[in-house]
Amino acid sequence: MKQITLKLPVAIILIGFFAAVGCKPKGMQTAVQGDAAVKAYVAPGKYDEFYNFVSGGFSGQMSVYGLPSGRLFRVIPVFSVDPEKGYGYSEETKPMLNTSHGFVPWDDLHHPALSTKDGIHDGRWAFGNANNTPRIARLDLKTFRTVEIIEIPNSGGNHSSPFITENTEYVVAGTRFSVPMGDKVDVPIESYKENFRGTVSFISVDPNNGNMNIAFQLMLPGVNFDLARAGKGKSHGWFFFSCYNSEQANTLLEVNASQKDKDFIMAVNWKKAEEYVKSGKGTKKTVRYAHNVYNEETHMATSEIKTEVLVLDPKELPDMVYFMPCPKSPHGCDTDPTGEYIVGSGKLAAVIPVFSFTKIQAAIEQKNFDGEFEGIPVLKYDAVLHGEVQKPGLGPLHTEFDDKGNAYTSFFVSSEIVKWRVSDLTVLDRVPTYYSIGHLCVPGGPTKKPWGKYVIAYNKITKDRYLPTGPELTQSAQLYSIDGDKMKLLLDFPTIGEPHYAEAIPAELIKPNSTKIYKLEENKNPYAALGEKNARVERKGNEVHVYMTSIRSHFVPDNIEGVKVGDVVYFHVTNLEQDWDVPHGFAVKGANNAELLIMPGETQTLMWKPERVGVFPMYCTDFCSALHQEMQGYVRVSPAGSNVPLTFSTGAKKANPAQ
Amino acid sequence: MKNQIFAILGSLVTLFLIACSGGVKKELPPVDISKLSENQPEVHGTLVEDKDITLANPLNQDWVKGGQNVYDLKCLACHKLTDERLVGPGWAGITKKRQPAWIINMITNVDMMLEKDEEAQKLLEQCLVRMPNQNISSEEARQVLEFMRKNDGEQ
Repeated sequence: MKQITLKLPVAIILIGFFAAVGCKPKGMQTAVQGDAAVKAYVAPGKYDEFYNFVSGGFSGQMSVYGLPSGRLFRVIPVFSVDPEKGYGYSEETKPMLNTSHGFVPWDDLHHPALSTKDGIHDGRWAFGNANNTPRIARLDLKTFRTVEIIEIPNSGGNHSSPFITENTEYVVAGTRFSVPMGDKVDVPIESYKENFRGTVSFISVDPNNGNMNIAFQLMLPGVNFDLARAGKGKSHGWFFFSCYNSEQANTLLEVNASQKDKDFIMAVNWKKAEEYVKSGKGTKKTVRYAHNVYNEETHMATSEIKTEVLVLDPKELPDMVYFMPCPKSPHGCDTDPTGEYIVGSGKLAAVIPVFSFTKIQAAIEQKNFDGEFEGIPVLKYDAVLHGEVQKPGLGPLHTEFDDKGNAYTSFFVSSEIVKWRVSDLTVLDRVPTYYSIGHLCVPGGPTKKPWGKYVIAYNKITKDRYLPTGPELTQSAQLYSIDGDKMKLLLDFPTIGEPHYAEAIPAELIKPNSTKIYKLEENKNPYAALGEKNARVERKGNEVHVYMTSIRSHFVPDNIEGVKVGDVVYFHVTNLEQDWDVPHGFAVKGANNAELLIMPGETQTLMWKPERVGVFPMYCTDFCSALHQEMQGYVRVSPAGSNVPLTFSTGAKKANPAQ
Repeated sequence: MKNQIFAILGSLVTLFLIACSGGVKKELPPVDISKLSENQPEVHGTLVEDKDITLANPLNQDWVKGGQNVYDLKCLACHKLTDERLVGPGWAGITKKRQPAWIINMITNVDMMLEKDEEAQKLLEQCLVRMPNQNISSEEARQVLEFMRKNDGEQ
């Protein structure tokens, strides 16, 4: 009997698995309409209508696609090194990946968030979260580069992030893993309930230059914070976070965190939190976190370790944090364009609950509470509920909105997108996805002004959709039109890493501001060689600094002698080009890092430690002109203690006046 | 197996219906190949003509100095001040050989010149490296011209 009871759950899982496989959508042939190709076709030389910023998941990067074509334009390195671009390898970019744990060359980027003004996309910045070693990155949409990364202290994994407030006042960072904090961190894992805490950080964004600063953290009960959305319009000033594991389990969460009928959506009145901060109610805690900033004038990043964070405790500071019961381990937590409705998506729930901001305010006013959770008031479910979408599908995850009062929810288990009307919660349409959709994206979907037109599915399983490539298949997205009553599948396109969330924005909000070159006149890199007259080689002890220039198609200098084994050579390469789309590359044989890819007008530095005697070739890696193959040079490396003088030249040889 | 056959039949019927309705063809917009690259114009300086340029002596020494600064930063990599060719032609004698507007246009409007000007095209055939657009303004280009005149011995 005991054996049978043990096997039963396995049997249920197996049945569930077969049922899920059995649910694989049928009728693929009819899912694609005859005019799909025309609607997703962008002729050669023509531009796409939208940029699509897609998370790279475990690649740690963010990718940029065009919509409706699904063409890949760029992979922006964010949390992972990128040898192709020298990101994390050049001396200038290494500090970007510094953390309190030292240099961390990889992470897991789940969610992009595009900056908004008055709740509408403004095309200035994209933010992204690092899920593993908790961080938030800011990308400049003029250069499509990562320009700032801030580490989040008191966090065990930054999943509930980097969602933003209406005017990009704050990006948030909610920890997925609660962990012990402060002085007492060497504790038994089983003491979760007693010792583990969760935090949510509010990181302010300077409206002028975008610089981030951790304004305050909320010290919260130990649960898992999952996703979040800011209020907007009438609910501006509030933030909503889904959380699961209110069971406070520390092992086998698959079972142990799925015991209760309801977990929570946490409502935070951040304007109230600001008042507490202003009146000095916060406590400063000692922590360690890195703050890395890339300077566009010096083309260099700097990393600073900070040691203090301001913490607010809602148990002591009332009227700031409330819990709302939400069925079955809520994942998505999405506010509609009006800011009135908050949609919770319980991963295991059979309904989609929709909460009303007006009712939340009334329930708080009337203290309509259903007890407390760890000292924080819990609002009555029925008192804050606008209604439930009945029988929407299996495994609801995320919801986006169009400009006509409709919501689009992804269903992982039943592998479909379901369109429903927010006002009366009626299901209007459903389409299959191939297969097992996670996040979805409507251009402008999380803003006050959705741009509509398309919904894109980011799928977890690709299976038979593309030519096989061994055990690992491409990740994929699918584009559907939503401008008619019926959603229509238009296009499949492959993606990098694992796509989680994505946002899409009209091209016109970004394209006109795109940087084409770095002006040489504005290059403030202290190692720049501005003009070939300034190209030179200097020795400082065992450091050899090569101030090098590149232009189609030669380096100055391209012959260097007098380098010795044991030296550390820094190639500071300045690209003298001032024309769009003319980068030069730089590589030297045996380098233990990567190449440099130097944009027009930019200076970047490659460190090289020659470890054997010989003559080492170097060359330009990015095909630059008809004579690109001629863009090369040599470095002679002599034994340690050799008396070969330091010389350098291009063309006619000349002595180094510094020697 | 039966299901598969039905599925194949179904898709054939669908294809047939689509083909018959002509829906696909009707919605295809005509593609004008000549227009495909139209939305990506490179921005260049405006075309300069000889009448736009006034040459005077003595030379404007501020311009000579400004021109030399631009030369050092953006031109020296490819152009010597002698008549020796490096990547591009040496500059010695250039102001005697070319019209002022031609020189300015080569600096500020090089893509247009390489497309339309026969002399510019001949130079490309000799040098085989397209002269780059170095993002030099009209004012700076005028200063470079003054520096070239100085290089050619004018006072």
